[in-house]
Amino acid sequence: MLPIGHYLFLSLALFIIGVIGVVTRRNVIVVLMSIELILNAVNINLVAFSRLYGDVAGQVFALFIIADAAAEAAVGLGIIIAFFRNRETVLADEMDLLKW
Amino acid sequence: MTATGYFLDHLWLIPLFPLATAALMLSFGRRLPKVGVSVLCVGSVGLSFIYAVGAVFQLLAAEPEQRVAQQILFEWLTPGPMQMTGGHSIRFVADWGFLLDPLSSVMVLVVTGVGFLIHVYSVGYMAHEGGYYRFFGYMNLFMFAMLTLVLANNMLLMFVGWEGVGLCSYLLIGFYFLKKSASDAGKKAFIVNRIGDAGFILGILLTAVTLGTIRFTSQGLPDAEGASGILQALKAALDAHALAYGAPVLTGIALLLFVGAMGKSAQIPLYVWLPDAMEGPTPVSALIHAATMVTAGVYMVARMNAVYQLAPRAMTVVAVVGVVTAIFAASMALVQNDIKKVLAYSTISQLGYMFLALGVGAFAAGVFHLMTHAFFKALLFLGAGSVIHAMSGEQDLQKMGGLWNKIPITAKTFAVATLAIAGIFPLAGFFSKDEILGHAFRKSPALWFVGFVTAGMTAFYMFRLLFLAFFGYPRADEHVEKHIHESPPAMTVPLVILAGLSVIGGWIGWPEALGGGNRFEKFLEPVTSHGYLVMEDVKASAKTVPLLGHEGPFATDASRDELLRELQERNRKTSPVDYVLMLASLSIAGAGIWLAYQFYRTKRMAPELVAGKWPKLYQLLLHKYYVDEIYDAAVVERTKDLGALLGRFDRNVIDGVGVNGAGWLARFGSTLSMWWDKWIIDGLLNSSAKLMQLFSYPVRLLQTGRFSTYAMLILVGLVVLLAYYGHHVQVVLRTVR
Repeated sequence: MLPIGHYLFLSLALFIIGVIGVVTRRNVIVVLMSIELILNAVNINLVAFSRLYGDVAGQVFALFIIADAAAEAAVGLGIIIAFFRNRETVLADEMDLLKW
Repeated sequence: MTATGYFLDHLWLIPLFPLATAALMLSFGRRLPKVGVSVLCVGSVGLSFIYAVGAVFQLLAAEPEQRVAQQILFEWLTPGPMQMTGGHSIRFVADWGFLLDPLSSVMVLVVTGVGFLIHVYSVGYMAHEGGYYRFFGYMNLFMFAMLTLVLANNMLLMFVGWEGVGLCSYLLIGFYFLKKSASDAGKKAFIVNRIGDAGFILGILLTAVTLGTIRFTSQGLPDAEGASGILQALKAALDAHALAYGAPVLTGIALLLFVGAMGKSAQIPLYVWLPDAMEGPTPVSALIHAATMVTAGVYMVARMNAVYQLAPRAMTVVAVVGVVTAIFAASMALVQNDIKKVLAYSTISQLGYMFLALGVGAFAAGVFHLMTHAFFKALLFLGAGSVIHAMSGEQDLQKMGGLWNKIPITAKTFAVATLAIAGIFPLAGFFSKDEILGHAFRKSPALWFVGFVTAGMTAFYMFRLLFLAFFGYPRADEHVEKHIHESPPAMTVPLVILAGLSVIGGWIGWPEALGGGNRFEKFLEPVTSHGYLVMEDVKASAKTVPLLGHEGPFATDASRDELLRELQERNRKTSPVDYVLMLASLSIAGAGIWLAYQFYRTKRMAPELVAGKWPKLYQLLLHKYYVDEIYDAAVVERTKDLGALLGRFDRNVIDGVGVNGAGWLARFGSTLSMWWDKWIIDGLLNSSAKLMQLFSYPVRLLQTGRFSTYAMLILVGLVVLLAYYGHHVQVVLRTVR
């Protein structure tokens, strides 16, 4: 069995990639995808610790997060499509209506 | 035995009947058929007449001293007790109450009786006129007001009636309101009457202040002690020496009230409205401007006779104004060509006679003449109306003539009335006029002489009218001539009844000199002798009071008794002078008639000749002494000037300085405040906002509107937090491990 550090390293790598994606990318769809990466990094963490401690609750929690991620992707994409119909863009730096 | 009975208990119904129908007419009359209007309006006056007759009969059943019925419906004004000059206090009240005594009996019978006949006549006269219901509504309203006036038990209620008849007079003079002259005449009557009414109301106030009461008498009231009347207050004031015979305040009251009477009863100088009032329909002239309303002033003075008898100077004024009015108006009647104008001046002249009677202390004679005059002058006006009706509306005497056989009933009744007013024995006018002249002679031969000359002029102008209208050749147009017809029975029957009254109406005052008992004067004595009664009370006190022209103190009670008896007898005593005076009156009337006959029948002395001989005098008379012109120049134009002056003042000072100045000031003030608002208040607000903006600028930079920036900031914040609280995380992790 691989030691826990590997899992954590993988998780950390995924999280950092996700964060960098969220912060740097202009395309909202990519941002959404990056958020999926962050969520999955969390999932890996949860599953790894569940395995480590022999507690199934972590895996159940991971399943909830997967469901949540699916819902979030659906809502997020819905918003993006609605926005695109109005502004014909999905670029985040053009979404500045709230700025006065 | 005191006066009681059904009709006396229901006195208040007498004015109420016409009021009810008046209200009905003026609210729903338009929708009623003519027959309904006639039946209701004439019927209500008839009902009032029946109730009046019943009430007077029940009053007559009582002893002469007990012939007072007073009924208070409710208290109207109760301003509380007033402290009087004598030290005693009297409750000043005005009730809605009615008083029937011999004086108001005469008036109420004349008003309802003659009023009823004129209402019947109007059914015929107004049959083809527009506004039938309106006419009868006003007429009934007038009856209500007039009956309130004569039945009122206090001066204020009398004033209500007084104003009411004035209003109805105005409405009826201006009945044909589309005609400018008619509406102008209505306004003139109203305005001239206002002057008199001002005097009347001042008189009422002065009475209230002086005597503390405006109720005429407390006789006939259950609570006679507590409810003081003018008579009782006068007695009390004389007893307490607060007032004396000839006291200036009494003269003041009497003169102020007389100003009111001058206006209403068309005496000099306020007579000018009455000739113009002839613009109204003829029945109105008969009822209001001959028989009833214009005699209200006479009635009022007679009603207040106790005050007048104590004010000799005022009496003199009344007598002089009366007699001057009589001759002045008679002279104007001599040359008028409008049939109704002649009668109008005649009315003024006869009213002057009445005031002459009042002024010489012959109150009963004045009221007697009022009554007989109501009969024959109403008849004259109604006859004139019938003539005008027959002549298709022609009023000019110069275009009449030859009517004697064409309208026989009108002509004959008119002749009766003419004889009556001329004072031919034994018609009504003879007795009443002779009464007045007899009393005037005893007071002052000069007054008598003027009245005597007036009597001759009266006979002349009345016979001139008669001859011009009914005799000689017809002078009317042909098609008018063809339409001449006798009036319908609704008009002729009242004429015949009034003619009967003009003949026999004077007989109740048949003088003792001619073997009669002068029952009329005796009937009125309980009212007209109030002055004597007051003086009898004065006599009981120690104060010596100069009586009726006898100046100076009296030595003994006996001499005063004697004088008092003499005063009372003086009016009644028959002496050879009476016969001489009667003969003189008859002969001057005869002379007047003869002269008129010469002038207008035989044409031996054509009136044009006389007019040509004294053209200035003729013009003066024809233009009515230019009084209207003088009033116009002296009063009306000056009033207009004053109005123009006030108008200029209004425009320049009030509008210019006041209103516009205030406007300018307000604008200036608002400009200032606007400036303050704009620069100071708004400036403060804006600068605070600017400050906010300045301070918020760096913060604003943070809000880019890009979520990646926010995400970055969240990340940075997380890192900072983790860096700061890292050791806590280590602790947590250690614990977990």
